Order: sequence, then C-alpha cells, then structure tokens
Amino acid sequence: MTETLNRYRVSTRRSAELVLLVGAWLIGVFAWILVDSATGESSLGGWTSLLSAGLLLLITHGVVRWQAPYADPLLLPSVAALNMLGLAMIHRLDIAAAQRAISNGSPMPTPDVYLQLTWMLLGLVAFILILIFVTDHRRLQRFTFTAGFAGIVLLFFPLLPFIGSEINGARLWINVLGFSFQPGELAKVALTIFFAGFLVSRRHSLALIHNKILGVGVPRAKDLGPLILVWFAALLVLILERDLGTSLLLFGLFIVTLYVATGRRSWVLIGAGLLTVGGSLAYFAFGHVRIRFNIWLDPFADANGSGFQIVQSLYGFANGGIFGTGWGQGYPQLVPFAKTDFITSALGEELGLMGLIAILLLFAIVVERGARAAVATRDPFGNLLAIGLTAVIGIQTFIVIGGVTRLVPLTGLTTPFLSYGGSSLIANYIIIALLIRISNAARAPEVSDADLVLRQDDVSD
Amino acid sequence: MIRQINRVTGVIILLLLALIVNLSYIQVFKAGDFRGQSGNQRVTLTEYSRERGPILLASQAIAESTPTNDSLKYLREYADGSIYAAITGFYSVVYGATGIESEENSVLAGNDSRFFVDRLQQLFANREPKGGAIRLTIDPDAQIAAMKALNGRTGAVVAIDPTTGAILALASSPSFDPNLLSSHDAGDIQANYEKLNADPDQPLLNRPLAMTLPPGSTFKLVTAAAALESGKYSADSELPGPSKINLPGTDVQLGNWNGKSCGADDVTSLQSALEISCNTAFAWLGMELGADAIDEQAKKFGFDSEFGVPMNAAVSRFPVDPNQPQTAMSAIGQFDVRATVLQMAMVAAGIANDGVVMKPYLVSQVLGPDLTVLQSTNPSAFGRAMSIENSRILRDMMVGVVENGTASKARIPGISVGGKTGTAENAPGEPAHAWFVGLAPSSQSKVAIAVVLQNGGGASEVSGNALAAPIAASVMRAILNK
Repeated sequence: MTETLNRYRVSTRRSAELVLLVGAWLIGVFAWILVDSATGESSLGGWTSLLSAGLLLLITHGVVRWQAPYADPLLLPSVAALNMLGLAMIHRLDIAAAQRAISNGSPMPTPDVYLQLTWMLLGLVAFILILIFVTDHRRLQRFTFTAGFAGIVLLFFPLLPFIGSEINGARLWINVLGFSFQPGELAKVALTIFFAGFLVSRRHSLALIHNKILGVGVPRAKDLGPLILVWFAALLVLILERDLGTSLLLFGLFIVTLYVATGRRSWVLIGAGLLTVGGSLAYFAFGHVRIRFNIWLDPFADANGSGFQIVQSLYGFANGGIFGTGWGQGYPQLVPFAKTDFITSALGEELGLMGLIAILLLFAIVVERGARAAVATRDPFGNLLAIGLTAVIGIQTFIVIGGVTRLVPLTGLTTPFLSYGGSSLIANYIIIALLIRISNAARAPEVSDADLVLRQDDVSD
Repeated sequence: MIRQINRVTGVIILLLLALIVNLSYIQVFKAGDFRGQSGNQRVTLTEYSRERGPILLASQAIAESTPTNDSLKYLREYADGSIYAAITGFYSVVYGATGIESEENSVLAGNDSRFFVDRLQQLFANREPKGGAIRLTIDPDAQIAAMKALNGRTGAVVAIDPTTGAILALASSPSFDPNLLSSHDAGDIQANYEKLNADPDQPLLNRPLAMTLPPGSTFKLVTAAAALESGKYSADSELPGPSKINLPGTDVQLGNWNGKSCGADDVTSLQSALEISCNTAFAWLGMELGADAIDEQAKKFGFDSEFGVPMNAAVSRFPVDPNQPQTAMSAIGQFDVRATVLQMAMVAAGIANDGVVMKPYLVSQVLGPDLTVLQSTNPSAFGRAMSIENSRILRDMMVGVVENGTASKARIPGISVGGKTGTAENAPGEPAHAWFVGLAPSSQSKVAIAVVLQNGGGASEVSGNALAAPIAASVMRAILNK
C-alpha cells in the first residue's frame, strides 16, 4: 500500500506558492515605498497595513496548504500581486486627494486604502471559508437552482426601496450598515454555478435532441427554457439598473458555458447575433446607451462633457508612455473614478505600457491556470464551472480595460483585484477559491474508493 | 468538452492580447498627439511642477517662479509686471502663455534640447529638474522712462541699439499686470482676463509689435532716403514747395499743414523740406521717384518682411501699385502705408548705423538652470538700406529737423539729436496719431527710437513734436546718461 501511494505521490508545489506569494507581497511593499518617497508622504499606517496584508496572505497560504495541498501554485500569488498593486495605487490616490484637500483648505478626506484592506481581509476570509466548507466542488452541483435563484435575487436587490441606492446614474448598489455593496458581483458567481450545473445535466439533450424549425435544429423548450428565463430575467434587471457592464459579462458567460457544454459552434453565432440585435435595440431604446456609444465613437466631440472621463483616461495613458512616470509622479487623480473603474489608467500613467503588460500577463496567468484546472478536472461539472469562472475574470478584465482604453464602449465594471470595492474583491476571491478547489481535485492523487464511486458518471466524457 | 475549453481560453487570451496591442497604440504611437492636445491639464501641471527659469535683465529678474503649497508647485511672479508686460507676456494656467514666456517656453520650462546634459546631471544627482533662464537686451532705465513718459496714454515706444539691433525698450501703453493672469486661481484669472479683454483701450494688445498705423510724415525719411539713393538728389536739391498742389487726375488738393508755401517763390530744398515737413515737396518728390523706388527703399528698411524678436511683429506695408495721386499721398506716409512702431524704429536705426539695418532682437543670452551661458545672440544684419554717405547726409538732415525744424522738443542739451515728427491722419473725424522717429547722438548713434501716441493720446491738438518728441527725448536721455 505504501508503495502504491509513493508511486502516486504528486509534488504539492506549496513551497513555490509561498515563494511567489512573498514576491507578490514585496511588489506591493516596494510600490508603497516608492509612492511615499515620490510624494514625500510617509506614515506608520503604511507599514501596519503592509504587514497585515502580508500576514493575511500568509494565513491564506496556510489554509491552502491544509485544505487544498495539490492546488495550482500560481493562482493565489497572481491575484495577490494584483491586489497589492491595487492597494498601492489606492494609497497613492489617497495621498493625491489629501494634498488637494490641503491646498483647497477643505476637510481631509478619509483614506480609502484602509477600507480596501478591510475588504481584502473579508475577501480572504471568504476564500478560506470556501476552501474549508466546499471540500468538493462537485457538491455545488446540488445547489444549481438555489444558485440560479440566489443570483437573480442578488441582481434584484438594488431595485428594492430603502436599501437600494443609485450612484452615478446606475442603480447597482445596496446600502447595508453604512457600507455600499454591489450584489451583481456576487450574482456573477452564483449564476456561473447555475449555468454550469444546469448545462451539465442537459448538455446531451441540448446537443442532440432538436425540434426542427424552418430546417434549423432548435433545442427543446424543456431543455432550454429555464436557462433562457434566468438569462432574460438577469438582463431585464440589468437594463432596469442600467448596468451595461454586468449585462455584457453575463452574456459572455452564457455563451461560453453553452458552447463548452454542447460543443456546438452555432451557439457562438447565435450569441453574436443576439448581441448585435440586443445592442442595436438598446442603442435605440435607451438614451444612456446611445450616449455611451457616441462617446466611444468620438470622445473628443465633447471632451469637457460626456467624453471627459475617457478623454482624461487617454491623456493619462499617453502621459505614462512606455515606461510610465513612476509611482507617485503622474497625475492619475485627474481621471474621474481613478480608484474604481479607471484604476487601469492610473496604473498605465505611472507604470507605463511595460507595467500594464505585466499586469495583463498576471491576468493571462490566472486565465491560463483556471483553464488548466478546467481541462484537468475529471468531472464535467468541474470542467464547466472552472471555465465559466475563468471566463468571468477574463471577460470582465477585457470589458473594463477595453472600455477605459476605448477599444470597446465604456460600460463600467470593476477591474478584478485592482479596483477599490468590497463586493468585487470578495466575489473574485471566491472565484479563485473555487478554482483552487477544482485545481486541487484535478491534481490530487486518487486514493479513495469513494472518489472512484463518485467518478462513475464521468465515463461518457 | 476539453477542445471547447481550450478554444475559449484561446479567445480570452486573444482578447487580453488585443488590450496590449491597443495600449501600445495609445501609449506609444498616439501619446504625442494626446500630450499636445489643448485641454490636457497634465502638460501644464508637469510644467508647473518644475521650477520655471527666470526672465532676466542685465542684473535683475523680471519674471521668476517661487515655490507654493498647492498642486501647481510654482507660482510665476513678475516684478514691476506692468512695466515689462509687453515683453514678458503672461504665463497662465487658463490662457497659456504669451510674449517671451511663450516664445522661449522650451528654455524656461527646461525642455530644450540644449539642456540634455543638465537633465542627465539632474537625474543622477537626484535634483529637481529646473528650467533655464533668458536674459533680455532691455535697458530697464529706458523701459521705465518710456512707460513713465507714456503715462497710461494709448501709445508705444521702441528703442533699438542701431549697431546691433538689440531692443532697449519695448513699451506698450496702457499696460496690464501679468501677475493678474498668472495666479493659480482659475476663477480669478478668468475674471481678470475678461475685464482686460473688454477694456476699450486694449491693454492686452502689444502695440509696438502687433499694431500697424499710417506713419505719416515720419515716412518722409524713407522717401528722402529713396531720393538720395536715386543719385538724382542731394540735401540741397531744389524742389517745388507750393502751399498746395493738385493731385493729377483728381480734384484733390494736397496742402501743407500750416497752409503756407515751403519757401520763397514756392521753392525749397530737400533739407529744408524735411525740416519743416513740407507735404507738397515730398508729394512731388514721390511722384518724380515713382512708387517702385519708394517701395524698394521701404523694403530695404524692412517693410514687407517678417521679424521675430522672437515675438512675431506684424508686417509693415507700402501700397501695391498705387496710381500717381496715391503715390503722392504714400510718399508722405498717408494713403495705405502701414507700419509698426518697431518698423519705424528700424528705419531710424538703419539711417543711424551707416545705412545697415540690423535684425531686431530681445533675447541676448540663453542660460542653463545654473545660469551658465549656453548661447549668446550674435547681432546680424538684415541688409543695407543706404550707402554710408547718403545715411550720413540723411542723419545731418534729421539733426536739422530737431535743431531748426519741427522736432524742437526732442532736443537733449549737449547731444546732437536727429529726428522726424509725424502727425498721421486717421479715419475722418478721429484725432491723428502723433509720431516721432529719431536717433542720437548723430555722429555715432547709440539709440534709434520710434514713438507713437495713438489718436494723439487724447490730446485736443495733435502734433508729433508736442506729444511724441518729449517721450523720445526722455527715453534717449535715459539711455545716453550712462
């Protein structure tokens, strides 16, 4: 028996994860030091923040070692590096806000970085809880419809009176205990679980059984109905809340999971067609969509009005050039919402094209590692869930960074792990926890009979 | 399912790659365009974050940057701002820069390629980058004397060192205080600018450089120069000088300013025609010489050419293809002859410098951030306008104008001053412009000057001698009393 075990022993690669995690933390520390030295600010608060962030990451690493020893070693360090860079930039923008308050003689604003640090703590706690309580991702399949329901409810929350609140023309926040929270971020996780669970159970019928309508094979309403219903409800809510970014993200997620589940390329074509039709309808039906689209076509037409954000963002990128101005030496505070939607232009200005390429490579690593877990896991639900979660991070990154760089129309989403915002950080740490759980299952040696029993439904794949 | 997952991953990686391609386009290829866009605050902020170099006279700074506590780290301050406003211009967050602040911005801001070595040193020494300095040719005594003499009346003074072209005084009146536009309060700046811009006296107008006016009788210097250069006339040549002449082909009669004839039997000499500013003699002379000859002479003094001092001056013009009566009027500086005050100072300077017109300039030295001289301006000639002999003859004639003729108020005891007054008729019903163009000392001139009081500066009776000559005298005195 011992011999068998040895034969199956797989390197856990936890040490690699630890080294990389320390590296990720150090990137944040150096960034913070550079910010302080360039702006001439320094405070003890900085060091306690950095040390507590380091401690949190170390504890999280310990939990991974304990709960998911075979997990992918790159996922956590990659997102930790992004999180640390985000903290440094939020700290840098806090300093700019404070300096502005001093020169205007207005009251000192509260720094956001400590709140973001608290959100990081809560995100990592959520991460740890997922690892501890979701010992096997396959159990999530049981909650398919619960997750679908939860997703819709979460999306509906901001429309409720009293707790829902409208910020900058979009109603996608709720106020709980003085904190504003964006439930749409959590909804995307719940809906991914729903899509994966539902499609896994129906994928054969979806792929094979069709009613012919006008010579085209269309899946039976019974197979597709609930999916369309959930998806349509989601879109309706998002239109009511004016949250174009999340609509686009869920649409992308829907197409990805449907395509992967059925293996039919026609879904991509149908999806692209629906997107065009939906986009055109939205363009003619909603003024705010039309404005967004026109800004995208020519932001300089109204550079001091509706195009202000994107124009300032482009100026920021241009000021950064190839190598950036250096931490604390640009003017990222000139771009509205620099801490949230536009944090990429802040980073692009001070770290330059080189810095942004590094950041995008970190996202690419997360995507590649997520996809690797999706491929390697041995159950179809795991396959679908992992690629769905990976796609959420990848597509969200593309939508928001593409938006602030005018590659696609600006829709407004947080940049995963970089942007200021609790809901986003917590939701994305949950996604990474699930991917780590799945990658652990993929790489763990098979030892127990129970595992073999559970795997019997995989034979068909 | 695996194949589909790989495809989806591939597409997402391609999307991330598209972001990188687009970012490269923005941050590398389009960056220059975006940086140069007006309305890009970053350019201003970057400039303000660096200590902008001072604008210096021989021994004092008239514009310098002092550190502040706000987001724009340096405040531009002008000592005696309104005296030097026509030269320094302003440096404003809202309205950009004008004058030397604009023309020499790359030096003052420290972006100039000549600072490459300095920038490297600053980088390695970890010192804050700093702009270079500009030293001007302006003589503060002359400038102050000019502004004082103008005393808020609408007018302008340009004084030039005729041997080099160095501008010693460049005064525009009424003036403004550039400190009003260089603060860090955009609201204040806007309010101040709008007030200055709405002022009917146009304090923001750079009169000596940007404004062209009919030069009136001061243009007779050009006509006289053309006559001497033609070889057909000398100072003593006899010219007809009746009290009035008929302009050929018209019913118009051109008369002398006092209605009298210019000499016994209606005959005068070139010398005395200049001294008493005889309109009929010069109108006749103009028709005899022909428009082409006067035009050519005017061009040799700088008409029709562009001068950047470094601010660009308006181009002075002699009318194109005038007919006979128009030529007669042009010869006495009326009709469509238009000249800047700078141009008329250059006419005097050319005569003063043995016939050679030097290119006018304001910047004597470009200095590095540590005030080492990086470049000194070498005076250069624009061209020869007259022969040495003729310039001496004309100079003596100009001395006669001051000693015996119409420019008595330009006299400076102990110094032989040459000059010519002018009273240029303006639009009908409006007061004339009072001019004076002169040089001193006549033997070896150190200063050439042009003064104008627009619409007589508000005086009831307009005469170049009464109004403009005393201003010139006090500026020349300030320059020569050294």
